[in-house]
Amino acid sequence: MTQIFGEFRENLPTEQEFLILGFSPTSVPLKLRWRNNGLSADFVADYLTTFFPVSEDEPNTKEKQAEFKGAVNYIANELLENAVKFSDETTQYPIKFGLHLFKDTRVTVVLIVTNSISAESLNKFQSLIQELINEDPAELYIRQLEKNACNDNYNSSGLGLITMKHDYLAKLGWKFETVQTEPQVVAVTTMVQLTL
Amino acid sequence: MEIQDIQGETYKVTCEAATGTVNFQGWLRLEGMAEYEPIVDLLNKVTANATPKITLNLKELQFLNSSGINMLSKFVIDVRKKKTIQLVVKGSDTIPWQSRSLKNLQRLMPDLKLEFE
Repeated sequence: MTQIFGEFRENLPTEQEFLILGFSPTSVPLKLRWRNNGLSADFVADYLTTFFPVSEDEPNTKEKQAEFKGAVNYIANELLENAVKFSDETTQYPIKFGLHLFKDTRVTVVLIVTNSISAESLNKFQSLIQELINEDPAELYIRQLEKNACNDNYNSSGLGLITMKHDYLAKLGWKFETVQTEPQVVAVTTMVQLTL
Repeated sequence: MEIQDIQGETYKVTCEAATGTVNFQGWLRLEGMAEYEPIVDLLNKVTANATPKITLNLKELQFLNSSGINMLSKFVIDVRKKKTIQLVVKGSDTIPWQSRSLKNLQRLMPDLKLEFE
């Protein structure tokens, strides 16, 4: 099975800058290393600043650098948090995180994360994806917050992807693939494209 | 009512009960709503103190994940429902997430006063 939703680019070129990180669940369970998410997000956001140096002749470069560093840090952290939360604990499938940078007329940063997902989470996730694709992000955002405010019994706010689209104007896409049969393992790749 | 400050590895939440001010500092990336519970309790105690005005001072909060945004939004909705408290949110326009996301709180509660410095 392969299913694609939203704005998903296949075969990202590797002749420009890229960075790949992997987290295997075999040494320490993924859910026990929550702080890795923040550490990794800080690292990739800081790493990217190399390609956007601050120029003293152009005062707005400092502000711009801080702004995209903040955006990449927030999005990378949310993607990793989601990957850890929704990984299927019954498999040994690792989390893969990647960052690609394209410079042509404008600069695009592509952040991708791949993780396994349980059959139980799959349907719920795909209906959130349909809402993200089909609905006005501003309405969806407020509706989700009002809904969460009435419900204390949950551990996932569903807000991460909505904020990426609404607050950071990012393009979102997903690919679901069966990566193993018997027992079946489904992996989802979430792709976030941010134009700077 | 005595309200205990909260200190984590990367963040601090302190309360000035007399003025109804809650100061947030550092990086808040807690795991889901369950881990935000102590901060929610602190905010609820401030509300219970019946101060006419509550100020959330976020000027030194460098990072907040979406679960944290959810926690703040839930608090704003709770205060809105009470209809008796004036809510002020102080932010910094040099911290990127704040200029992106704080305005959404005002959409939840149009009377909320949002001050950027």
